Amino acid sequence: MLLPTRSHSSLSARSERPAGRRVLESVIEALLFATSAITILTTLGIVAVLFFETVAFFQEVPLWRFLTDTEWTPLFADKHFGIMVLASATILTSVIALAVALPIGLLAAIYLSEFATPRTRQILKPVLEILAGVPTVVYGYFALLFVTPLLRAIYPEIAGFNALSAGIVMGVMILPLVVSLSEDALFAVPVGLRNGGYALGATRFEVATRIVVPAAFSGIVAAFVLAISRAVGETMIVAIAAGQSPQLTLNPFVPVETMTAYIVQVSLGDTPHGTIEFKTIFAVGTTLFLMTLGLNILGNRLVRRFRERYD
Amino acid sequence: MTETGAEERRLLARRRLAERIFKRLGQAATFFGVGVLGVLLVDVFSDGLPRLGWEFLTSFPSRRPETAGIYTALIGSLWMLSVTAALAFPLGVGAAVYLEEYSRRSRLDRVIEINIANLAGVPSIIYGLLGLEVFVRIMSPLTGGRSVLSGGMTMALLVMPIIIIASREALRAVPDSLRQGGYALGATRWQVVSRLVVPSAMPGILTGTILALARAIGETAPLITIGALTYVAFVPELSLAGLQTPFTALPIQIFNWVSRPQAGFHVNAAAGIVVLLVVLITMNAAAVLLRNRYQRRGMD
Repeated sequence: MLLPTRSHSSLSARSERPAGRRVLESVIEALLFATSAITILTTLGIVAVLFFETVAFFQEVPLWRFLTDTEWTPLFADKHFGIMVLASATILTSVIALAVALPIGLLAAIYLSEFATPRTRQILKPVLEILAGVPTVVYGYFALLFVTPLLRAIYPEIAGFNALSAGIVMGVMILPLVVSLSEDALFAVPVGLRNGGYALGATRFEVATRIVVPAAFSGIVAAFVLAISRAVGETMIVAIAAGQSPQLTLNPFVPVETMTAYIVQVSLGDTPHGTIEFKTIFAVGTTLFLMTLGLNILGNRLVRRFRERYD
Repeated sequence: MTETGAEERRLLARRRLAERIFKRLGQAATFFGVGVLGVLLVDVFSDGLPRLGWEFLTSFPSRRPETAGIYTALIGSLWMLSVTAALAFPLGVGAAVYLEEYSRRSRLDRVIEINIANLAGVPSIIYGLLGLEVFVRIMSPLTGGRSVLSGGMTMALLVMPIIIIASREALRAVPDSLRQGGYALGATRWQVVSRLVVPSAMPGILTGTILALARAIGETAPLITIGALTYVAFVPELSLAGLQTPFTALPIQIFNWVSRPQAGFHVNAAAGIVVLLVVLITMNAAAVLLRNRYQRRGMD
């Protein structure tokens, strides 16, 4: 039915010159392979760019100072390059985001997979997906101009820029990821396991929490790990709402500067190539890349594990 | 005997109560996300809608919030998106076709697959660093530096994994009988792929592409990193030279306005967000329509 009507005649016309056709076929295959090889080039490009600029950075700043210094002031005259200052802010905002997204996301996933009717599920899942499609700059606006004033109305000591507001909104942003991945894992648990529980007289709550959740555990952990990775790499929310004051603190009420926010700060200024300030964004980028790569590899491995177990 | 019966009933009632509480908690958690989405939309629309008008859409940026508009940002975004689509669509679909229809599952092919999965998880700001070094600096004679072309190319690399993953799914859904029918008529692999498989997977491929482009239009961080300007008082020309000029984009303009202290600019940011969301909703609606049409056809 989908066959175009003229294709039959053109097919037979082509088959009259098989040699040319074979060449054409292999040229096309080579071209198609080349397009997929671009993805490899992208990865190699990322690694090479980060590597060369980072090596150049460490020729000027010793690695041990990068790892142990407790100040981050590359844009000042008295320069310090303590990555832990930026990393602590990244970890702080990510932990706040997780504190929001993990419990709420897991509860929602259990509800959607074990309690909701198929119809409710069909409506609510796409609505939650919309949250994942909202541009992060919009979340940044929401964090700075809605959530922060709200928090300050409750607790006036909070600064205008703070990790708490950015972290909470980031939690909302990663919520759909947590819900949809953990729901996939819960849904993949065979019905037979649930029925075994019901046959023993367990309630739906007991089946959900003592049978389904433990059975889907690696999938749920995978969802959490991938959510952490997303939070660590998130840029606009923290750049807008958490501030640009690099300080080593775990206080969620004061301005901080995450790794991503620092890259934004330097990019907005006019920093010439070759300067130490320019190289710092690549050193920070490398740290960020390694953190998210590690988390992604771990998360993807866990996802594969639970898929293999029940497919 | 009766006492243990009462004890059991009490226990059962407790277990049922736990069940009911848990169900309510689950509902509350599910509706939390929906609720926040609602609050966000109401907040943005109530702040931004009054500011919105024809003038806002057709005015150049300005130091005074009342006269500033998003004309250059809107055109810049559309320009950048055209470059991204023109690059990412053929490359992404080509890669998907190779992996689904040609791959011999060799070691290299498997490396490509794992690599695509990992690329999809790389933070967008890292793509910005790649674009900054490769497109803005090394290829600057071709791209013109911090230009529409550099932005579009960076975005193309960013959304390619999304297009590949969606297109592969669409290709995988094409029944094998269609391919076999083609081969039975003596068609070559490329004839089968280009005239049977890809056309019948096209709605799914287009849906995935639209969603990927929707992601690109809202991305901000990579554009900041490659140095898209925040103040542009001209519109790029419709030419190759125009592609090599500096540009600004909708999310960049919004970010710029949000970062200013004056409330007037915050209102502008909200109005800009309304425009951005309308564009996104339109794109998503188009994707959903395509998908629905495709599903109906699949059932005939």
